[in-house]
Amino acid sequence: MTDQALVVFDGVVKSFGSFVAVERMDLDIRKGEFLAIMGSSGCGKTTTLRMLAGLEAPTEGEIRLAGKRINDLPTWRRDTPMVWQSLALFPFLTVRENVEFSLRMRGVEMAERRQRVDKWLDRMQITEFADRNVAHLSGGQRQRVALARSLVTEPEILLLDEPLSALDAHLKVRMQTVLSNLQKELGITFVYVTHSQSEAFSMADRVVIMSRGRIEQIGNPQEIYRAPRTKFVAEFLGSSNVFAGKVSAADGDAIRIATPSGEFDVARNPAKTLAKGDKATFVVSGDRVQLSNERPVGVNGMQASVVGEEFVGATAVIHLEGVDGLELKAQKSHDELEQINLIPGAKIWVSWRAEASHILPGE
Amino acid sequence: MSDFNRNPLVDWALKFYILLSFAFIFAPIAASFVFSFNVDRFPSLPLGGFSTVWYETVAADPLVWEGLRNTLIAGVIVSVVATALGFGAAYTDFRYQFFGKPFYLALALLPPTIPVVILGLAMLAFLSNVSLSGEIHSVIIAHVVMCAPFAMAICRLRLSQMDPSLEAAAWNLGASEWMAMRHVIVPFCRPAIFAALFITMAVSFDEFAVSWFVSGLHETLPVKVLGFLQGQVSPRINVIGTFVFLTSMTLVILAQILLMKRSAEPKAGAKLPELAS
Repeated sequence: MTDQALVVFDGVVKSFGSFVAVERMDLDIRKGEFLAIMGSSGCGKTTTLRMLAGLEAPTEGEIRLAGKRINDLPTWRRDTPMVWQSLALFPFLTVRENVEFSLRMRGVEMAERRQRVDKWLDRMQITEFADRNVAHLSGGQRQRVALARSLVTEPEILLLDEPLSALDAHLKVRMQTVLSNLQKELGITFVYVTHSQSEAFSMADRVVIMSRGRIEQIGNPQEIYRAPRTKFVAEFLGSSNVFAGKVSAADGDAIRIATPSGEFDVARNPAKTLAKGDKATFVVSGDRVQLSNERPVGVNGMQASVVGEEFVGATAVIHLEGVDGLELKAQKSHDELEQINLIPGAKIWVSWRAEASHILPGE
Repeated sequence: MSDFNRNPLVDWALKFYILLSFAFIFAPIAASFVFSFNVDRFPSLPLGGFSTVWYETVAADPLVWEGLRNTLIAGVIVSVVATALGFGAAYTDFRYQFFGKPFYLALALLPPTIPVVILGLAMLAFLSNVSLSGEIHSVIIAHVVMCAPFAMAICRLRLSQMDPSLEAAAWNLGASEWMAMRHVIVPFCRPAIFAALFITMAVSFDEFAVSWFVSGLHETLPVKVLGFLQGQVSPRINVIGTFVFLTSMTLVILAQILLMKRSAEPKAGAKLPELAS
């Protein structure tokens, strides 16, 4: 992977009437990287992708592809093929005709067309279905047709808009491997839009997390998972134990933060220098807290009442509520929970070590 | 619904009711068909005997041929023009959002709701004002106005079944707007376009009231039939009636087959068993 930027979003704004879908976005997409844009629906991730594809024009700012401004270039003059959520295969054409479509539209000669289509049919292992109608294929086969159709022009970049969302879990994982391998083999840039954390984190080199038209965090998956920058990212990644408060003591590596739920020791975060009196927010992930009936010693602890238990396969998620109404979650194996009083309403102790907490630098 | 809870008596009653309705609708047509082969001058029972004499008389009548010619010319041109207009109107509705769109739609779909006599009278008044009345093209203009909404409704239905990303996908794959129209939208709508051609032709073929007002000396077949009726009751009417009925039915059935074939096709994105991926 080189660090050369293939696509640059330079202060890009997109608004529909009074609704701002994308707010002043600055983003470099590198050559040959697998970039995932993740967020819940309406966060502007699809709009971003559509602007890159040329299906929406930015209201402000500039998008550059390989150094050239492409704001006003219609989609049919760019080579930014997209794999659609619905796949958008042409139902009245055969597999071969679907794959051939973009070459035909670009006036490539018949002989060359045939050769290039054959290559991609073979590569995606769909040669045997070449003359079938696309309506008669399975979900996985249709995915491969959509990929072949987009890649047949050998573009530098491929855009994917939640292409796996309609598949069942097993096939989804299988297609993730296909996509991952394909991207490595081709060495081209993939921009993958999804709301699914598992898809984004298992395939992408870098993940962009968006919320309400803004980029919340960019980084590689481990980085984001280990060190979320904002409360939104932390909550989006499923860590729901968020404590907001003020620094009550900062002495070298020892920091104490006073919150409405109590005063807790937290580990220092090198990304944020804190002094006494500063506002600070930290998170503790649900699998790193301990539950006990008695007050634990030597660790951070608070009392909370049990709200209920959620069964998640080999583990259970216990929902709790602190005295001040703070919602907490603990994810534990069933063995670990055997001795704990989990009757709704029961008062138990939630505890964690200082190192298990993470200060959000963006709050 | 399972058959378990059904009352067979009610079932039979309902079937009988449907049979009765159809009999009521088709009896006059069937009678006309039967009497067209009857040798007698007047339609009465018992039947006089099988004969194709009335068919021969009709075939030998130059007035009938002239009417048929006018009807066919009008029918073909009307179906093509009305379908083109209807498709364009339906596509506009599908593709664009604009101010006053409900008004545009209401206006485009309005003509069939106007009583034909009023429409015919208005057409006559308008066309004679612009010196276009009394010709075959008067019939064509009037019929296009009446038929285009049907074509539009059929094309709109088809477009509503289209994945909205299909057109954008074509652009994204290098097709300009015109190319996408030619290679994606029109092929997708092809069955609807043919159905619209047949239906509009059938409507124009049967239509009497408006034609009567605007055709002048260039009478279409249904108008000619009225002429026969006014002169004398002749079994020739049965012959023409049978012919017009069969032609219209053929066109409508063709259109129906085209529309049904499409909806029977598995929809894109339908769940199919996983074979090998």
